[in-house]
Amino acid sequence: MNSETSFKRPALLAAVLIVLIALPTIADATGYSALTSLATRILIYGIAAASLNLVLGYGGLVSFGHAAFFGIGGYVVGILYQHYSLEEPLFGFIPGTNQMLITLPAAILISGLAAAAIGALSLRTGGVQFIMITLAFAQMLFFLFVSLKTYGGDDGLIIRRTNELPGLNMRDKHTVYYVCLVITAAFFALLWRIVNSRFGNVLVGLRQSEKRMAAIGLPAYRYRLMAFIISGMGCGLAGALMANFLRFASPDMMHWTKSGELMVMVILGGVGTLFGPLIGAAVFIVLETTLASWTENWQLALGFILLFVVLYTHGGVQALVLRLAHRPENRNRFSESTMRRFKVLERPLRVRKDARRSNGKR
Amino acid sequence: MTQPILNVRGLVKRFGGLLATDHVDLTVQPGEIHALIGPNGAGKTTLISQLMGELKPNEGTVELAGQSLDALPTAQRVGLGLARTFQITCLLPDYTVIDNVALAVQVRQGHSFRFWKNVRADHSLRDEASTLLTGTGLEPRANELVANLSHGEQKQLELTIALATQPRLLLLDEPMAGLGHVESQQMIETLRGLKNQVSMLLVEHDMDAVFALADRISVLVYGRVIASGSVDEIRQNPEVRTAYLGEGDELC
Amino acid sequence: MTLFLEQLLNGVQFGVMLFLMAAGLTLIFGIMGVINLAHGSIYMIGAYAGTFVATETGSFWLGIPAALAAAALAGVVIEFLVVRRLYGRDHLDQVLATFGLILIFNQAVTMLFGRQPLFVQMPSILDGSVELLPGLSYPIYRLTIILVGLLVAFGLYLLINRTRIGMLVRAGSTNREMVRALGVDVRLLYTLVFGLGALLAGLAGFMAGPILAVQIGMGEQILITTFVVVVIGGVGSIRGAFFASLILGIVDTGLRAYLPGLLRQVMVGPEADALGAGISSMGIYLLMAIVLLIRPKGLFIRNS
Ligand SMILES: Nc1ncnc2c1ncn2[C@@H]1O[C@H](COP(=O)(O)OP(=O)(O)OP(=O)(O)O)[C@@H](O)[C@H]1O
Ligand SMILES: [Mg+2]
Repeated sequence: MNSETSFKRPALLAAVLIVLIALPTIADATGYSALTSLATRILIYGIAAASLNLVLGYGGLVSFGHAAFFGIGGYVVGILYQHYSLEEPLFGFIPGTNQMLITLPAAILISGLAAAAIGALSLRTGGVQFIMITLAFAQMLFFLFVSLKTYGGDDGLIIRRTNELPGLNMRDKHTVYYVCLVITAAFFALLWRIVNSRFGNVLVGLRQSEKRMAAIGLPAYRYRLMAFIISGMGCGLAGALMANFLRFASPDMMHWTKSGELMVMVILGGVGTLFGPLIGAAVFIVLETTLASWTENWQLALGFILLFVVLYTHGGVQALVLRLAHRPENRNRFSESTMRRFKVLERPLRVRKDARRSNGKR
Repeated sequence: MTQPILNVRGLVKRFGGLLATDHVDLTVQPGEIHALIGPNGAGKTTLISQLMGELKPNEGTVELAGQSLDALPTAQRVGLGLARTFQITCLLPDYTVIDNVALAVQVRQGHSFRFWKNVRADHSLRDEASTLLTGTGLEPRANELVANLSHGEQKQLELTIALATQPRLLLLDEPMAGLGHVESQQMIETLRGLKNQVSMLLVEHDMDAVFALADRISVLVYGRVIASGSVDEIRQNPEVRTAYLGEGDELC
Repeated sequence: MTLFLEQLLNGVQFGVMLFLMAAGLTLIFGIMGVINLAHGSIYMIGAYAGTFVATETGSFWLGIPAALAAAALAGVVIEFLVVRRLYGRDHLDQVLATFGLILIFNQAVTMLFGRQPLFVQMPSILDGSVELLPGLSYPIYRLTIILVGLLVAFGLYLLINRTRIGMLVRAGSTNREMVRALGVDVRLLYTLVFGLGALLAGLAGFMAGPILAVQIGMGEQILITTFVVVVIGGVGSIRGAFFASLILGIVDTGLRAYLPGLLRQVMVGPEADALGAGISSMGIYLLMAIVLLIRPKGLFIRNS
């Protein structure tokens, strides 16, 4: 699996990290200071997309509702901030706060709980129902937050100031960027451990064949649910960061198109690879920004690009680049997966009788 | 009399109007190889799937060593010592041979809620998987992706994985199908070697293999067990001859 | 009582619209194994094409063939150019490709028609009410929708249970290989089914025009509700889609009509209205959650 090899290229990784660390300085020096904000957004979406990828790419579960957890993360920050600034406790006993050390864990916890509830229900089915159900539940939460007038309803919640971290000046864009960078790095390190652990092993096994996993004695439901929860928590974390970065939380964060965008990031970068989603997030956001600056009809272009990527590339940008770079192991992986697609189509439901008969006679 | 390892009573499975399993009674004694033969579409695979809990029977009960399996999902049945191989191989294609075996070992060892240690550096898994592979012909192919294995090697791997779960009863669904002569002979030898460790229900069309291995044979036709007995009894049984082995005097 | 009956009819009318969508969606999934997010776009295309023609010509009636033709054409083109490549692919590819189609169609329609919602004038014979019961008068237009929907449902029933195509459809949804082995031109069958689904979606879209605004995003809104219908009714089951549509239509309409009033008894007006609206828009999803708890495969799928 190439998830394994992802960290085996420490030199590349170190280089990328150095560039990321130097990025704000470079941005300022070259006069493109907007680059820092762009990079912050990429990191945050990278976390969200990588979380989604845990269920989607590693677990093979197509969730179309992950924006819900992203939005919940954002609202936890927003709601806690509102109660903090109004100085009235939530439900009469939970004091509001603007401390990131509290809001982030709270966001992770609450989105994890939501993921547990939604996952527990939607995982009772599979396949296409799962897609529809996750989408529907996300839409339900969207409507819920639209109707919550106390928290801004349709218009969302403005967070006047980014949450505070002891000893840091969070009003500085660079500081926010570095905080996000540290969190992203920690998150990916954790994810790397998870996907290569025993847990990751059964998760990837389930994606390949649920039948086989049952036959070796694995009860699938609980592992899938756990993956769903972890992934929801990751999206919640990303949403909380996003709310801090934008100083705004709104129902749009959990709109179904946001779920779609997260999926697009995953597929752009490469499904089931550790860093693919981060690359995908970068490609998506740069693409969106560039296209939007050219034409207001950028979604049209995006739609065509998406169609092209889905229909004609297998494995997203990362695989495309690697294939162009002629890495033999990737070429192999490619033709293999393409071949399998054909094999699935050709494989008869049952082995032909005549073939069998000659077999029995032998 | 010893308690049978497998005891099936009155099993019925309907697919719409089709009776795929028709009030099947079947017992497998500990330590025996019990062959289940029957023409195509007789319902052999369907029967195995019901024993494993992958398909739910409409009626009937299944017991493993006296314990009822009826309410248990597949995973728990495996935990109690049931394992199967698939007629149409069902493996994890993106994993290597040893990964496939090690995963079965991992699941057998207990829950997999462990999130930190690298599973591919876990010696308790790798070592046991290697041991299981030694002497199987898959040994030199341990690090090959399953998708690149030949059909015969996949069949062999099916068996190795099933053994990795340490079963008490092995359900083999046509382990020889599609194998060449040499490979079939190897498979027969392997199964013979396992005879003392594990009971087997062997579904097979290759009559040479069946006669070479089986202690007892049951014949399934149109979902019904029409005969059950020792190898000789089945050879002599006229009903079996007409229904299954064909009119001719010669047996296969 | 009359108010209740009126809401009930409203619910049935909404349910019938949902059924027109759900029938196509569930057929397409049942037979071809494709999840088609662009089904909502086809609904929108039908609405825009029909409304445009109706407005330009001044005749509502000319809008109908325009809507049907545009939707069916869009469906067949989508099938031919995109969906055909997705048979046998995994659901992720299907979702993403058809998501791409949504982006394309939404943007294209925006470019053609702008962001302002369109409205269509009802023809005068449908514009008015009839007295169904003493004291209960009901808009003719809505009654017509109900009637059309029930006719379509009956037609689909006949098509599926009484014709050769229907037989293939039934066989195809349980055993794709067998149909292929029978030497049926599966491609043609698929295109026909897809076109039929699109036609129904276009019809629904156009009929919705005079009641709801014709605007960008109308397709996705009803699509997601349709998903709930399909999940509750059971994927691939037309019968399930029919009953689930009616149930959902009635539940949704009922909640919207009565919940704010109930809440107003216990809290102040505007807040009650907002919360009531919120909860009632969540109602169908909660219903879905309950169905998932008791019958995960859907209410109308027999356990085999
Ligand atoms: N899921 C299913 N739905 C409907 N019918 C089925 C299903 N599975 C099997 N059948 C039918 O049940 C009968 C028994 O099938 P089964 O696969 O158990 O036969 P078998 O004895 O294993 O045959 P073979 O020797 O070809 O493997 C066949 O007629 C088959 O078509
Ligand atoms: Mg079989």
